Amino acid sequence: MHRFANPTRFMRYSAVILPWAAWSTAALIAIGLYLALFVAPPDYQQGESVRIMFVHVPSAWMALFVYTGMAVASAMALIWKHPLSDIAARASAPIGACFTFMALATGSLWGKPMWGAWWVWDARLTSMLVLLFLYLGYMALVDAFDDPARGAKAAAILALVGFVNVPIIKFSVDWWNTLHQPASVVKIGGPSIHLSMLAPLLIMVVGFTTFYVAVLIMRMRTEIVTAKLRSLQMNANRD
Amino acid sequence: MTAFWCLVRRDLLLAFRRGGDSVNVMIFFLLTVTLFPFGVGPEQAILMRIAPGVIWVAALLAAMLSLDRLFRDDFEDGSLDLMILGPLPLEITVLAKCLAHWLTTGLPLVIVSPLLAVLLAMDGEGFATLIGTMLLGTPLLSLIGAIGAGLTVSLRGGGVLISLLVLPLYIPVLIFGVGAVDAAVYGLAARPHILIMAAMLIAALPLCSWASAAALRLSTE
Repeated sequence: MHRFANPTRFMRYSAVILPWAAWSTAALIAIGLYLALFVAPPDYQQGESVRIMFVHVPSAWMALFVYTGMAVASAMALIWKHPLSDIAARASAPIGACFTFMALATGSLWGKPMWGAWWVWDARLTSMLVLLFLYLGYMALVDAFDDPARGAKAAAILALVGFVNVPIIKFSVDWWNTLHQPASVVKIGGPSIHLSMLAPLLIMVVGFTTFYVAVLIMRMRTEIVTAKLRSLQMNANRD
Repeated sequence: MTAFWCLVRRDLLLAFRRGGDSVNVMIFFLLTVTLFPFGVGPEQAILMRIAPGVIWVAALLAAMLSLDRLFRDDFEDGSLDLMILGPLPLEITVLAKCLAHWLTTGLPLVIVSPLLAVLLAMDGEGFATLIGTMLLGTPLLSLIGAIGAGLTVSLRGGGVLISLLVLPLYIPVLIFGVGAVDAAVYGLAARPHILIMAAMLIAALPLCSWASAAALRLSTE
């Protein structure tokens, strides 16, 4: 792990990975969208509007996945003072917030024909909304410090506190109210979803993940280059 | 242990001599609740239905309002640095500060809450549960809030940021607090809600003081 703590080495490796991640994102999302919009059959109950699922479910998964990644990176930053994990956690937050927002927006569009309302105070929607607030709080805290290194450290503590809280919030909101359909892909006894729908869904999930990787690498590279530029400028001013 | 109680005593003395803080929090609590009949109309049936929720939300806001004071004075006059250097582990110091904070702001809320329940025509069945959950919930609010206060203590505009950081974390307390009172009002078992709140309080004692101490070390370095 510490092999990759060197920013120069990271820049070299990431330059190789970035085009692969970007092109596979383009290809996977194109194939996934084609299968989802034209090939997959309409649902016997929900009709054509079920196609929203192919964007909604991957977004929701990614929202949680990115938060988990952010918490892991924050823990690494606090425990080993790994310089890149700080940057990774900070760079992940806006991406995760966007996925969360997308899950909420598509969920709202899907809810209108299905439940007859743009928004219902259902358990899953509500816990996603709280997750969005956690992301926003994290981003606000990062920006509040004048010294970016301290901002990153404070935000890392907050990310870990939030990570402990996500299951508690999830559980308490579940207890509070539930209307959302239960999970149908990951459950005991295999998925209850037909292959013609499962295949595009999984392709979209992989596409969303490579998208996240590509954007994360881009943001991290920008951050590293900006830091380098800043130190060069400071040296130039001193001379 | 003596150092712990000395710290609690010092904070209580400071709060007492400065005066006003506890009273202001109570007045804020009363005022916020008073706004609701104006907002939703004076019908008893509606007020009765929303009473537990309104009281809990107002308590949440009142507790949050005073969080900024938790560490700020000590940070500004330098006593926080001494506490970090002192022999008492910082985690224990945080617990002492939270206890003092709860005694000066949380406990007054618990004492006033039955009065507000009467004002909102809440069913008499829920009174004991309301006080019980408030007794469990308000220390929890102080403990969770200590994390936000620790993270923002060195920031100039920390007060607004605290609400953004802390309010999402308060949601479980709100859900189970209101759930217990609602259950009691409708004649259902309030016990599971109360037990979960107690469990959350017990878990928060070590976890929140730990996170808050880490935040304070970072803020003062």
